[in-house]
Amino acid sequence: MHKSLLIDPEKCTSCLQCEMACSFEHEGVFNPAKSRIKVFEFEHGRTAIPYTCTQCDEAWCMHACPVEAITINLATGAKEVDEDVCVGCKVCTIACPFGTINYNQDTGKVIKCDLCGGDPECAKACPTGAITYVDANWTGYDRMRESALRAHPSP
Amino acid sequence: MGWQRKILRVDLTKGTAASEPLNMEWANLYLGERGLATKYLWENMDPKVDPMAPDNVLIFATGPLTGTMASTSGRYAVVTKGPLTGAIACSNSGGKFGAELKFAGYDLLVIHGRSPKPVYLHILDDQVEFLPAGEIWGTSVWHTEEWLKAHQQNPLLKVAAIGVAGERGVRFACIINDLHRAAGRSGVGAVMGSKNLKAIAVHGTVGVKVNDPKRFMQVVKETKAKLWDNDGRRELTELGTNAMIDSMQEFGGLPTRNFQAVQFDGYDKINPEAMMEAKPNGHRNLITNKACFGCTIACGRIAHIDKDHFTIVNRKEYWHASGGLEYETAFAFGPMVGVDDIDALTFAGYMMNEQGMDPISFGGTLAAAMELYEMGVITEKETDGVPLNFGNAEALTIMAEKTGKYEGFGQTLGLGSQRMCEKYGHPELSMSVKGQEFAGYDSRALQGMGLGYATSNRGACHLKQDTYDQDMEDQTGNGKAQPCKKSQDRIAVIDSTGLCLFTAGGWGMEGFRKQIDAACEGEWTRERLLEIGERIWNLERQFNLAAGFTAKDDTLPERLLKVPAPSGTAKGRVNELDKMLPEYYKLRGWTAKGVPTKKTLHRLGLA
Repeated sequence: MHKSLLIDPEKCTSCLQCEMACSFEHEGVFNPAKSRIKVFEFEHGRTAIPYTCTQCDEAWCMHACPVEAITINLATGAKEVDEDVCVGCKVCTIACPFGTINYNQDTGKVIKCDLCGGDPECAKACPTGAITYVDANWTGYDRMRESALRAHPSP
Repeated sequence: MGWQRKILRVDLTKGTAASEPLNMEWANLYLGERGLATKYLWENMDPKVDPMAPDNVLIFATGPLTGTMASTSGRYAVVTKGPLTGAIACSNSGGKFGAELKFAGYDLLVIHGRSPKPVYLHILDDQVEFLPAGEIWGTSVWHTEEWLKAHQQNPLLKVAAIGVAGERGVRFACIINDLHRAAGRSGVGAVMGSKNLKAIAVHGTVGVKVNDPKRFMQVVKETKAKLWDNDGRRELTELGTNAMIDSMQEFGGLPTRNFQAVQFDGYDKINPEAMMEAKPNGHRNLITNKACFGCTIACGRIAHIDKDHFTIVNRKEYWHASGGLEYETAFAFGPMVGVDDIDALTFAGYMMNEQGMDPISFGGTLAAAMELYEMGVITEKETDGVPLNFGNAEALTIMAEKTGKYEGFGQTLGLGSQRMCEKYGHPELSMSVKGQEFAGYDSRALQGMGLGYATSNRGACHLKQDTYDQDMEDQTGNGKAQPCKKSQDRIAVIDSTGLCLFTAGGWGMEGFRKQIDAACEGEWTRERLLEIGERIWNLERQFNLAAGFTAKDDTLPERLLKVPAPSGTAKGRVNELDKMLPEYYKLRGWTAKGVPTKKTLHRLGLA
């Protein structure tokens, strides 16, 4: 069973613990500039939205890669970049409709979310539950439940 | 590690910028941020120089934990000689700018001189440029940040900037970063303005490493959990710092109408409940809470003003959300000036952030002007036709805007309360210490706080000591010197870590110690840290003594020493500073004249 990152912007305070956790896991350094997840702020901080790769099934990045550097991790469903194979052509960064795969000038390779091998550090670091890691079949469960309650409020 | 071991030194007169190794001997003796910047200031300038002269040095300093995964790791300090006080200024800010400066590879940014023309500093890791700021000179902080990101085509830039207030030398101008976080007090923004430096825009990609990553991550996991479970943390998250207004009202320590009263009838129209409550037209002041970098508390408030309110009904440019009321803004624009219109308070807060001003000092100065007006010392002739009576919400909002833009009577308010009150022949009406206005705690009700105000090295300040518990338990001056001194030293350490003071209740010194010990080389004991705190306090004192301050300046206005509190739990009391101060000097190892003895200086390695 695969799991997905579920993001609830309502709960995000824009503390960037996720960005630090991500960069620490992948680069061994606290460095939001190298994070695979980014938090975007709008209107003086009224809204803060964490955003990262959704791990498309028919992944544009994977199909676009001319050297097959992007492969599916069968255990997690993540599309992972093999740095030994990637040639830094950046075609995947153009192909991705969401902008969630990006080039890293320091290594000459691309970087994207790999779900940390099935135990995403961003979700563990998030203090407010804005980022959780849930059953991929039921990312809508909580909202569905809330809608159900709204439709049938208890007396 | 923890430190980047590198500083950036900029000379605006010569137009040079060069990095140099961090003095690690000093880092080990002063830790970082506030402490380390104080040492660099001490070694780099004559404390006697005019704060607005090119020879004043302006330092932006991060701590060893800034930019790490420790909770609240977004702090940085601005240290310089303050134009409001003439004393050492040490203004601490959050937001995201400080961590970004660290990510660019620098522990400190040390700025000398004065640029011949307005410039901004553009820092991309080790690439540093001075660029012309002619197009943004004369504009607001908000416009400046937007312009810089667009002009540099870089939305990742973090910006610290001054508004018109800083450019024109408003004595309590501050430096705003990330639109609504402030290095707020003592006029550090006016120093930046005097250097013709409009903004610092930085993007860093180097990142921060720690000495023992495995242990650090384990410790951080524990400290974050501990902080999360702390009741004080919960209150800050849910209610923000403004929760304090209810307790100060109940206690009778809420400075009202320039300290003529200590309780304010309209407090419940501007407290956290009022912020959350929907008005009849459906408008709710508070939108959400917001964190600074790395912070798992998120005490910041994001609010908006009612579109029907007189301040913005015809001004769409202010219909957006922005930073909302903190306790000190609520106090300074509320009880201190007698106003209970929450939208007016929020608008005045927008003005502070947009043009870069300290709300505490602005509120204190406006309150003094209102008292002068009610006494008939000044009239509508001076105040541009605006009736400056206490409680006038329109006066608050007009004067906030005028001062920010340095127009009309705003220029007089921009002097700060001490200079303004002297100008009109009533220096006693300035509710300040060393020229810096009081925060929202009346020291007739909170005795230890009074001692803290009188002895704080940057002038009146509520953040440099912590005697709240002792003050709430006992309303005499007895036994206050010891907790005041000890907390001053403790906070000097916390202010030098790169973390936020608001974690102290959840962590105690041990929480800070463990994180420092895992992040930095060497062994960090509680004793070593507390000695660093005491060293910092004494070096700040040495700076002030060299600048010309004496024990005479460690005092409070007569209103707090002679006029009894009119109501509340401290009714009939005055502040007992005369009792506390000699005891405090003794505990500090200072002479009766407030000068550190040779023995004390020697013990701390300052002689």
